[in-house]
Amino acid sequence: MGVIGLTNIVKTYDMGEAEEVHALQGVSVAIQENEYVAIMGPSGSGKSTLMNIIGCLDTPTSGAYLFNGLNVSEMNDNELAKIRNKEIGFVFQTFNLLPRSDALHNVELPLIYGGISSGERKRRALETLNHVQLGDRVHHKPNELSGGQRQRVAIARALVTKPSIILADEPTGNLDSKTGEEIMMLFEELHHQGNTIILVTHEADIAEHAHRVIRLRDGKVESDQRVTRRKTYPAAAAS
Amino acid sequence: MYYLLELKEGLLISFHAVRANKMRSVLTTLGIVIGIVSVTLMATAIEGLNRAFERSAAAFGTDVMYIQRFSWVSNEDWATIRNRRNIEVSYVNKIERQSQLTDAVAPVAFTVRRVTYGSNSTEDAFISGTTHVYMRASGSTLADGRFFSPEESSGGRPVCVIGATIAENLFPREDPIGKTIRVAGYPYMVLGVFEKQGGLFGTFTTDTRVFVPINSFQAKFGGRRDITIQVRVADPKKMEDARIEMEGLMRNIRGLPPGKPNDFGINQQEALTAAFAPISLVIASIGLFITGLSLFVGGIGIMNIMFVSVTERTREIGIRKAIGAKRRTILMQFLVEAAALCLIGGIIGLAIAFPLSLIVDQFLPTAMPVSVVVVSLLISLVVGVISGFLPAYRAARMDPVEALRYE
Repeated sequence: MGVIGLTNIVKTYDMGEAEEVHALQGVSVAIQENEYVAIMGPSGSGKSTLMNIIGCLDTPTSGAYLFNGLNVSEMNDNELAKIRNKEIGFVFQTFNLLPRSDALHNVELPLIYGGISSGERKRRALETLNHVQLGDRVHHKPNELSGGQRQRVAIARALVTKPSIILADEPTGNLDSKTGEEIMMLFEELHHQGNTIILVTHEADIAEHAHRVIRLRDGKVESDQRVTRRKTYPAAAAS
Repeated sequence: MYYLLELKEGLLISFHAVRANKMRSVLTTLGIVIGIVSVTLMATAIEGLNRAFERSAAAFGTDVMYIQRFSWVSNEDWATIRNRRNIEVSYVNKIERQSQLTDAVAPVAFTVRRVTYGSNSTEDAFISGTTHVYMRASGSTLADGRFFSPEESSGGRPVCVIGATIAENLFPREDPIGKTIRVAGYPYMVLGVFEKQGGLFGTFTTDTRVFVPINSFQAKFGGRRDITIQVRVADPKKMEDARIEMEGLMRNIRGLPPGKPNDFGINQQEALTAAFAPISLVIASIGLFITGLSLFVGGIGIMNIMFVSVTERTREIGIRKAIGAKRRTILMQFLVEAAALCLIGGIIGLAIAFPLSLIVDQFLPTAMPVSVVVVSLLISLVVGVISGFLPAYRAARMDPVEALRYE
């Protein structure tokens, strides 16, 4: 039993006036625990839609989605929210931090929504921020942090609930190449520590960090293969 | 426990939001502040009016009947009343002898004269001539001294009991008891002073009156006047029976054949209260409605700004939902923000209304009891929740995917 089991997922958007957009036309994917998967595809391939469905932000028009064995495609809004809170860690291209709160509060937020008490929350948030090497900046607001640091805060936020999967959408899209490499190194580390990582990108050299690449085109899986020549970080593997 | 956390997070968010947009928050809250100030002032004026009325009505005594030529509240026209016979002092003995349900009967004669003490004077003091029974047949109380004794009363001695305002005017720095004042030039010694009554009924309060024994009154100011007979009912529970008995007695005394209507009035405090109540209600309703409108407008202002706030924070709402905030959580967040804004407006409004009500009190009686404060705060809270609901609902229902895409 894997973490993610998508069977024949179809997603159609109704744009009105009998015009429909067939974003996904029967996608089947299985992802196991501790995999490092990249989902690739050009604009319009449906990768964003697939990510939204995997992340329980959206539900398929038809098809089954089993998440850790649970049938998610039939869940209601509150149940999906709960899964997003506890099992899924999002990392976005534009970081998506709350601008008026400091790093600590941003990382705490999923725990607040999860009903964790104040003392426990702070402890876990601090621990996670230390884990991503931001222990000395916990009270900085996002505008007082560099791009790379902001993304680390976002990653800490994604990690703090110890989720089943980390879902990253173009995580280095808004970063320069050096900082981007640092972030990809962090992902490698997290993967080594046992996390399941799903990366969505349209850049081949980012996708090459993963162990497996699923290519989408026009709403269907075009290929699903193990990566032969990976980009790795020996230093990360050692930590 | 979870709700407390949500509330706390909601309050934290509201605090940040208000601080980030100080000018906007001030302008929005202004509507609520003005609304609360006007509603509170109106409520204090109404409360003051009611209390003033109650105090004034109390002066009439709850178990006292006033037998006069006319009724206080009637649809008799002036022509009918004008030609009525006077109520005579001689009736008093007859009533005392024949009435079983009353236990104090006092005649009260009335005129207007100038009273002086040294260089102080009051031009139009109300002079009343009555007997020693008066105190038992009225609702007034003495602040100092005593009323006439039976001997002073039957002997028509030159003694008097004065009202609080007369005392203030004639004796600003002395104790009036034992001093001699002049009523239209005649000397009268002060035996006692009435407690201040204030109130709405200018002529009926004791404040501006000087009471002298009726025998002295008639000798000095004429005996052919129309008087009022004040009668106390022995058992307040038998008020209605006493009234009927009195009516029968008076008809007898006046020699009215059956079928002829009363040519006198038997008046009670109740009649006043009953007449006042609907008027008070109408005034209150209209007043509160109009001021309530301003609060309503304030609420609309809040709703408007909340919609703007929700739209502005679309991205933020998307983020929160992606991290796992439930719809209800988002709803609470914005509801708390609206309610907090309104509550702050309410508190500021009350802080402004209080000193204002003290100023208004110089012209109209006002009273700001705790109930008005509590109700005002509750109203602002309710306005906040109602105004904030639609925008908060919209926020809660946002699709997280679209919200995250919002620029």
